[in-house]
Amino acid sequence: MAKQMPCNPTGQPVWYEREEDLKRTGYREIEHTADRELEVWAPDMAQLLETAAHGMYAVSGARARDAASQSRTITFQAEDPETLLVTFLTELLYILEIEKIVFEEFQIHETDDAWQAKLVGKPLASLEKEIKAVTYHKLEVRQSEQGLKVNIVFDV
Amino acid sequence: MVPLKEIRRISEYEWEIPQSYRPDMRGAVHIFATRRLLEEISGDKSLEQAVNSTTLPGLVGNVLVMPDMHQGYGFPIGGVAATRYPEGVISPGAIGYDINCGVRLLATQIEHKAVQDWLGDLALALNQHCPSGVGESGAIRMSEAELEKVCVEGAHWTQKKGYATEMDVRRTEETGRVEGADPSHVSKRAKDRGRPQLGTLGAGNHFIEVDVVEQVFDAQAAQAMGLQEGNLAVQIHCGSRGFGHQICTDFVHEFQSVVKRYQIKLPDRELVCAPLDSPEGQSYLAAMRCAANYAFANRQVLAHNARQAFEQVLAGKVKNWRLFQVYDLAHNIGKIEQHMVDGELITVCVHRKGATRAFGPGAPGVPAEYSKIGQPVLVPGSMGTASWVLAGTQESMERTFGSSCHGAGRVMSRSQAKKMVRGENLRKELVQRGIHIQAGSLAGLAEEAPQAYKDVDDVVKTVAGAGIANKVARLKPVIVVKG
Repeated sequence: MAKQMPCNPTGQPVWYEREEDLKRTGYREIEHTADRELEVWAPDMAQLLETAAHGMYAVSGARARDAASQSRTITFQAEDPETLLVTFLTELLYILEIEKIVFEEFQIHETDDAWQAKLVGKPLASLEKEIKAVTYHKLEVRQSEQGLKVNIVFDV
Repeated sequence: MVPLKEIRRISEYEWEIPQSYRPDMRGAVHIFATRRLLEEISGDKSLEQAVNSTTLPGLVGNVLVMPDMHQGYGFPIGGVAATRYPEGVISPGAIGYDINCGVRLLATQIEHKAVQDWLGDLALALNQHCPSGVGESGAIRMSEAELEKVCVEGAHWTQKKGYATEMDVRRTEETGRVEGADPSHVSKRAKDRGRPQLGTLGAGNHFIEVDVVEQVFDAQAAQAMGLQEGNLAVQIHCGSRGFGHQICTDFVHEFQSVVKRYQIKLPDRELVCAPLDSPEGQSYLAAMRCAANYAFANRQVLAHNARQAFEQVLAGKVKNWRLFQVYDLAHNIGKIEQHMVDGELITVCVHRKGATRAFGPGAPGVPAEYSKIGQPVLVPGSMGTASWVLAGTQESMERTFGSSCHGAGRVMSRSQAKKMVRGENLRKELVQRGIHIQAGSLAGLAEEAPQAYKDVDDVVKTVAGAGIANKVARLKPVIVVKG
């Protein structure tokens, strides 16, 4: 996965896709009357989490400052893939607001009883949009031809 | 999407999706709208979300949808649902993440024509005194113990600290203090997010606006509220900031397993809920009330800061530069109230999400000075357009659990708005119309362009036509401050 994903400094709908070994990973914004919705796809759960994180940062227009990197390891678990996704993204939102860190590199893997994410990020330089929450609205991680796909609605 | 042919016309302003539309519905959906407003929203998911909301266990009567409705997540914006207390459920998603997002209206005796030369300075001063923008912190630094006092005392805490007058508190829904708040049910994360943000506006559609009272429709009610044609008024729109967002996040997460425990089946996971009489339901109620009180205190601190801005710019230039409270109300909240249903007085939990309380004349909880005219209902329009002051009616008590509309309601996505409108052009257009703008982000400004919203006059025409609110006054903006 590329370290740097595009943000939306112009405020246009966010979109990103890359293909590697015929495996596609990406996200695109879906029109929503009041909130922001992303469709995210990836070959497996770990990459889905990472791509969704990049997409969420793009929606919020979070930009990192050119400063020393900071590392963090977070462990999280959930009963189902949807809750796993919300838990992970909610954690990143909390760190963004309280510690003002934007993560750019992700190493995510499943352990015996949980998931672990080793994250490398930089201090937040600017933020375009306050995301209030990652919602469960119609949230369903589904199988697709490329692997996994999910639509996530963010309350903004 | 609910096909229009499934919707039955009750009157010019009221429509019904009958309970027979889907087998899991526990009541019908009643939509307050003109045919045009109904057609406008039939393209999004708001009606489907309203149908989903009727599946909440313990639903009393019908789910009601106001004319400013639009698609949200789980529960539609503009929705009202009452559940029987205590055996029915409470749903955090049917209240929203921004708990007690609401509006405050302050009136003045300042004539617009007497202060036109200083409005630019006033816009700047309001922007300087009232911190706004994404993730902004306020000037108040609080310990966790102090925050817990805010949770319990709400606007009364601000009065003790010198930010509020007795009239401010009296003229706030629940006097700015919902009973039963218990900060021991609030997570450390929520407290961490809440401590630095008291007295901040935030971003998005939140704003401070200075308006002119353009036209009075009900002289008696306007007089009781201190609204006089040609005079300035101030609106403050914001909520409970990261504190409320985190509380809702925590409980929507926790309730994912709670619904399984109580064997509650729902068509959307964002509607998760807990029985009001369960420990989990009581815990959310106690925490949600903390956020509601935080938001009342937040708008009060901002009102105090707005007063300082008015004093700084207008003291010595006009005789009386003071701002006095008309009313402050919530439009995202769950309240335990008593209502007459089928001739019986019952206790219910009224979920209002993007809908305001609109209690009629003589209803309990309405300040004595408004008991003859009904509770003021504040309906801010989209940026740069009119806003309305209405009053609750006896009919709103009988038909909508004492509720009415909360604003204009979006019709266009944020990205679509930005494609159509450039922030800089919009700013120029508003300035040309004599509106002074202070905005943190031009992209954010474009998202809130008037074209992205319904016509607030149509929304008000509907609630007035349906009899669930009376027109009192129409306001037009002269200053807009947003993050």
